[in-house]
Amino acid sequence: MSLTDCLDPVRKALLDDLDAGFAELYSEHRGVVFTTALRMSGAWSDAEDLTAEAFLRAYRALTGYDAARIAALQPRAWLLTILLNVWRNCARTRSRKPPPDLRDEPIDTPDPREGVEDAAVRRETGDELHALLGHLPAEQRAAVVLRHVVDLPVAEIATVLKVPQGTVKSHISRGLKRLRALGGAR
Amino acid sequence: MTHNASDPLLAGLAGLTVDAPAGLLDRVAARWVRVPGPIGEVSVAFTDQGVAYVHEGDDGFAGAFRERFARPLLPAARPPAGLVPALRTGRAATLTLDLRGLTPFQRDVLLAARDIPRGEVRPYAWIAARIGRPTAVRAVGSALAGNPVPLLIPCHRVIRSDGAPGQYVFGAEAKERLLTAEGVDLDRLRGLAHDRVFYLASDTTGVVCFPTCHNARRITPAHRHGFRTLPQARAAGYRPCRSCRPAAAA
Repeated sequence: MSLTDCLDPVRKALLDDLDAGFAELYSEHRGVVFTTALRMSGAWSDAEDLTAEAFLRAYRALTGYDAARIAALQPRAWLLTILLNVWRNCARTRSRKPPPDLRDEPIDTPDPREGVEDAAVRRETGDELHALLGHLPAEQRAAVVLRHVVDLPVAEIATVLKVPQGTVKSHISRGLKRLRALGGAR
Repeated sequence: MTHNASDPLLAGLAGLTVDAPAGLLDRVAARWVRVPGPIGEVSVAFTDQGVAYVHEGDDGFAGAFRERFARPLLPAARPPAGLVPALRTGRAATLTLDLRGLTPFQRDVLLAARDIPRGEVRPYAWIAARIGRPTAVRAVGSALAGNPVPLLIPCHRVIRSDGAPGQYVFGAEAKERLLTAEGVDLDRLRGLAHDRVFYLASDTTGVVCFPTCHNARRITPAHRHGFRTLPQARAAGYRPCRSCRPAAAA
């Protein structure tokens, strides 16, 4: 079939065998999905839950897709859309407490509930930058993480967030500005 | 807005990537193996929580698994620890099972059936009584018919009180073969049922049992007394066995 010849290996594998293709999909995109989950949620164990849930939902959606729909899929953007939906649903059900007010809270106070793994991650990689991301509004955080952490092009971010490219760009620039202000204020 | 190594903020953000932890895939996907079982090969699916699904042979296995669990199914490098011996010996009480996705009722039924030792059988009504739903005998039958892990939860050891094997996930004929292989004498049970004997008591121990209980099998003919109901046995001065617990079904 000429249609499948020009497809990437992941979509080819999905069309060939859904389960084997899913394994390809996972190994190809797990890093991007997990990194996004970690930088959006802020906690290692939440990122594991979100990633597992997003991939499971992706699989369940794929079982109902026909070949044309799979062939037309942009797997990375599609997975990240699912992930952010899962994350929003989680965040909504958890939103008992309001977001922290940055002005009277020292930003590098370690979270007393932070686990050993999270602390290790913070020291190894994220340090305070990871914590600073948590102070951005959700849409700015998502735009900055997708653009500058996992390195997606603006057009693809627009697909993921379902907003125009101009809006993506303004979320990114406002997010970066805010990060610089927060970082410089220390 | 390009990535710029000289901008510490952008360089810092670019350094925030991490790989997904090893083993995370196993929280999403199940694994499968094909292993020998007591009545031919079985296909087995398991998750990080335990064994989730046992299917006779491989015909329709993947489709049935997807229908039931809606999870990706990937080949496993090796069977989970303890699976092969559990299938060989019929003793699977310590094997970890993944029974998520079952209703609380189904789970209760299956866990009650799990206690029935190899070589013994119990009536459907006994399961119903043990889980506190003595009138739900038919529902017990349906729950056992939906057992996702036959052989490992020995639903084949639950039979009709008249000695007929009753329904089975792998077919009634397979049920009879399995029970025979485990040492259950179904002809004898049917003979007893024909004579209206559903409990056997020993006048040396004063204990009344289900006929397949290991204690009942030791009673010599001279000391053996059959009863149709447990109240009749009790009225005759016998107490219910603590191993096979016929009192649960009284």
